[in-house]
Amino acid sequence: MAINWFKYSSPASFYFLAGKMIPLFSIAAIVLCAVGLYIGFFVAPTDFQQGEAYRIIFIHVPAAWMSMFLYVVMAMWSGIGLAFNTRLSSMIATAIAPTGAMFTFLALWTGALWGKPMWGTWWVWDARLTSELILLFLYIGFMSLQAAIDDPRRADKAGAMIALVGVVNIPIIYFSVKWWNTLHQGASVSLTQSPKMATTMLTGMLIMSLACWMYAIAVVLIRTRAIILERERHTAWVGELQGATP
Amino acid sequence: MFFWIIRRDLLLAMRRRADVLTTLFFFIIVVSLFPLGVGPEMNMLRTMAPGVVWVAALLAAMLSLGRMFASDHLDGTLEQMLLSPQSLPLLVLGKALAHWLVTGVPLVLMAPVLGIQYDLPVDALLVLTISLLLGTPVLSLIGAIGAALTLGLRGGGVLVSLLVLPLYIPVLIFGAGAVEASAAGLGAGAHMSLLGAFLLASLVLAPWTTAISLRISME
Amino acid sequence: MLQGCNLECVRGDRRLFRDVNFSLEAGGLMQVQGPNGSGKTSLLRMLCGLAAPAHGEILWNGAEIRSLGGDYYAVMTYLGHLGGVKDDLTAIENLRISSALGGIEIDENKAHEALQHMGLGGRELLPAKVLSQGQRRRVTLARLLVCGTVLWILDEPLTALDTAAVKLVQGLMERHLEHGGMIVMTTHQEIEITAIATQRLQLA
Repeated sequence: MAINWFKYSSPASFYFLAGKMIPLFSIAAIVLCAVGLYIGFFVAPTDFQQGEAYRIIFIHVPAAWMSMFLYVVMAMWSGIGLAFNTRLSSMIATAIAPTGAMFTFLALWTGALWGKPMWGTWWVWDARLTSELILLFLYIGFMSLQAAIDDPRRADKAGAMIALVGVVNIPIIYFSVKWWNTLHQGASVSLTQSPKMATTMLTGMLIMSLACWMYAIAVVLIRTRAIILERERHTAWVGELQGATP
Repeated sequence: MFFWIIRRDLLLAMRRRADVLTTLFFFIIVVSLFPLGVGPEMNMLRTMAPGVVWVAALLAAMLSLGRMFASDHLDGTLEQMLLSPQSLPLLVLGKALAHWLVTGVPLVLMAPVLGIQYDLPVDALLVLTISLLLGTPVLSLIGAIGAALTLGLRGGGVLVSLLVLPLYIPVLIFGAGAVEASAAGLGAGAHMSLLGAFLLASLVLAPWTTAISLRISME
Repeated sequence: MLQGCNLECVRGDRRLFRDVNFSLEAGGLMQVQGPNGSGKTSLLRMLCGLAAPAHGEILWNGAEIRSLGGDYYAVMTYLGHLGGVKDDLTAIENLRISSALGGIEIDENKAHEALQHMGLGGRELLPAKVLSQGQRRRVTLARLLVCGTVLWILDEPLTALDTAAVKLVQGLMERHLEHGGMIVMTTHQEIEITAIATQRLQLA
């Protein structure tokens, strides 16, 4: 079966396709989240070192994964938008940023909650936490730049540039922070001594990651639809849409 | 042409010496404020010194970024640069270099004097100065990207700091780290090579990225 | 030859113009006319390659100008309504630097001559900030004397000029057209320029 992919790169047809897909991803997100949390809270055994507090990793780790993954995806769509001048790709990138920032914030927050019972302090200048914080700054930079520019075309392109510069810099920043951290070893606690993971824990975490993934897709689709409506408000098809649903 | 741009920007800086001195005094004041904030305990100041000097240098460099393209944008010279048959990345490189000569070099020259305030030993002063010498051009080069993207925007000055400061982190870590490493007897060689690598990478990539960003902002 | 095919310009939500077509041959003058906000400056910025049209293409001798890049900039001079005159530089420094940016390096004598021709004799060494608006405009226009390019794109070149200077610029343009040059310009002032082919492009 041949699918005409280019058909979906027009904002109008994407709008309707996304409308059909949002319920699917939303349901998948809810179901997976329920299953994952059930495994996390009731099936997975209590950790003999960390007690019950460790269970926060079922949210913390997927959130941290998503935060990094989404930045790369955002940069990729930005890059495509810049290279091929496709408006839709840039809109998707813009739609991803708030979700990515939310996951980054969630990872930091749950990290702090986890840190308190573990090390007796809310914050340690650990390499991963610090990198996550810098990632949050990068997301904020991207969003504030786009918010400051009135012309949507310039906003798309300028955002794309900063996202690409960011994605090139992330490995360098992570590596620098890691180096900095090992140099000051005595002062901080390393997160790398992860507890031996039981299979159920891993399953729970993977299911939660999938749930986050589905959630992210659903939310990004909803936001992209909103952006499409806003940008295309003067076109005929949006006018018809308004006529159809007064 | 490259030299024309540098000459012109230096000439403009000469005619507006006050702007250059403002940045330098900002640097001096920020560094001098820290002992007032944390107390005059010399041992603590000595360990803090590299970080304080470097953070102040970051802020000073960032503060002067607005001037890199803004006045050329206002009087129409920037349009001429974009329409020049000369290569735009090369022009940008010239402008970044001029920016460094005007803001970076005075900081580098002033740093040892400020280090003395913090009772740094002579070899640490030397390492600090060399690390600044290698690191401050990177600040101008990366900063040019931020300045180009925020050209003509409301609140561009604050915005540029949001965009650029996270990107400055590696330079900060290795710049300040070089001094600490040499103080700990580890030698600053590795740090210096990495700073050099950052400099080379940004020399190649930043002017090109800035050129694209300028075209985006001027469209 | 400069050609525009089906050009469309969109600013924010508004479409300023669409389906603009023209072709300009050697020795031709095109006057772009229209009320304020009709997109004259936007059209000129497109023609010089600063902005991209929302639709359509601009061809120089058959090739898209954006793909020509520096080769196009080398044959084209654009003077926008911002003159590109630096307050802190003298008239002579301004002229030398802006023509160097345009790809032509001129020595002090040549710059001197050009400024003298523009009626700025004796003021070459004053910083531009003490010059009047009209005199600054003359510094900008002096570039046309030294640039040696074929295509001139001029956005309101006559603003702030007195009658003597308008005559001067008029003569300059006529000579350029006689030698096979091309001019695209906007102006609100009535000016009669004799050319082999004069066309008016009216924007709504």
